[in-house]
Amino acid sequence: MSQVIRVGMADLNICKSPDIITTLGLGSCIGLTFYDPVAKVGGMVHYMLPDSTQMRNNSNIAKFADTGIDELLKRVLAAGASKSRLVAKIAGGAKMFEVSGMSNVGNIGERNAIAAREKLKALNIRLVAEDTGLNYGRTVELHCETGEFYIKSVGKPLKIM
Amino acid sequence: MSKFTLEEVNDMYVDVLRELGNIGAGNATTAISSMLGDRIDMNVPKVELLEASKLGSCICPEDEIIVGIFLEVMTDIDGSMMFLLKMNSAQYLVNKLMGRDIETKKEFDEMDLSALKEIGNIIAASYLSALSMMTNLVITPSIPHISVDMAASILSVPAIQFGQYGDNALLIETEFGDDIMINGYFILMPEQDSYGKILTALGLSV
Repeated sequence: MSQVIRVGMADLNICKSPDIITTLGLGSCIGLTFYDPVAKVGGMVHYMLPDSTQMRNNSNIAKFADTGIDELLKRVLAAGASKSRLVAKIAGGAKMFEVSGMSNVGNIGERNAIAAREKLKALNIRLVAEDTGLNYGRTVELHCETGEFYIKSVGKPLKIM
Repeated sequence: MSKFTLEEVNDMYVDVLRELGNIGAGNATTAISSMLGDRIDMNVPKVELLEASKLGSCICPEDEIIVGIFLEVMTDIDGSMMFLLKMNSAQYLVNKLMGRDIETKKEFDEMDLSALKEIGNIIAASYLSALSMMTNLVITPSIPHISVDMAASILSVPAIQFGQYGDNALLIETEFGDDIMINGYFILMPEQDSYGKILTALGLSV
């Protein structure tokens, strides 16, 4: 029987086959997963903000793209994944409300997605699937047995990437 | 002026917010009651200080569908505010407003969403005029934006906004209604500099 591991907001965890790791209702946050298809080890971080260096209070490393992705990488490698085989998938980064954009809330989702792409490039890890932006929430699941990434949204068909 | 963080929030500020919740909800209740043509009661609002990352599940399960109405505020203070309604409350209000049987359950169409926006607008204005009155600051709201989606997705917006300054968020919960009680949640998110302005205007030291 596979277990389902829940990742909350500003949280991260790892997952091994046949288990499933999930986070519910991503809005402007990003859910980023790593997966090693040979070791069948993966992990997910659900971060809220793109950059910890611009914050005074940055004690929770899973809250930020830069520190959260570093920590997730460390944890999946420790769990037996190989960095050269790792692939990344991301979802979220929505703009939940069509605000005019004068506040920095407006484009935070987009900035979160950009932060993921840049960080992955710097780490030299392939981004193989992405479902970001637009204006709706997403629940995501990484199935560690197959590496499939499920995206569920209200009133939309299930997406598997 | 030192930078205000919610870590330093004191009982007095929570009291101020509770009072804001009281007056705001009072205004909102009067407005909704005249709009629906019904007598409506309200309870004393609750103010909750919680971790920003827990906001997503503070009202209901993270993947339950709720209605969020979001407005930007400007002029003397900058920031945004949000009003949240659980689905059954939103459905009830729309049914009442559209003159349908209150048991009706159907997906919101354009007209319903527009009605909800208007309710959100009235409620938001009720709270903002309370805040304006208490602080003597001019506060202008933008047009309302609406989203019907998973609770965690909608609440990620205030969670991120609060998350930029610290780890805590403030939420005002109000119950109002007649035979059916409606739970509404109000979140005020001033930009960091505006916190100081609000507190100073209220005569509280930052």
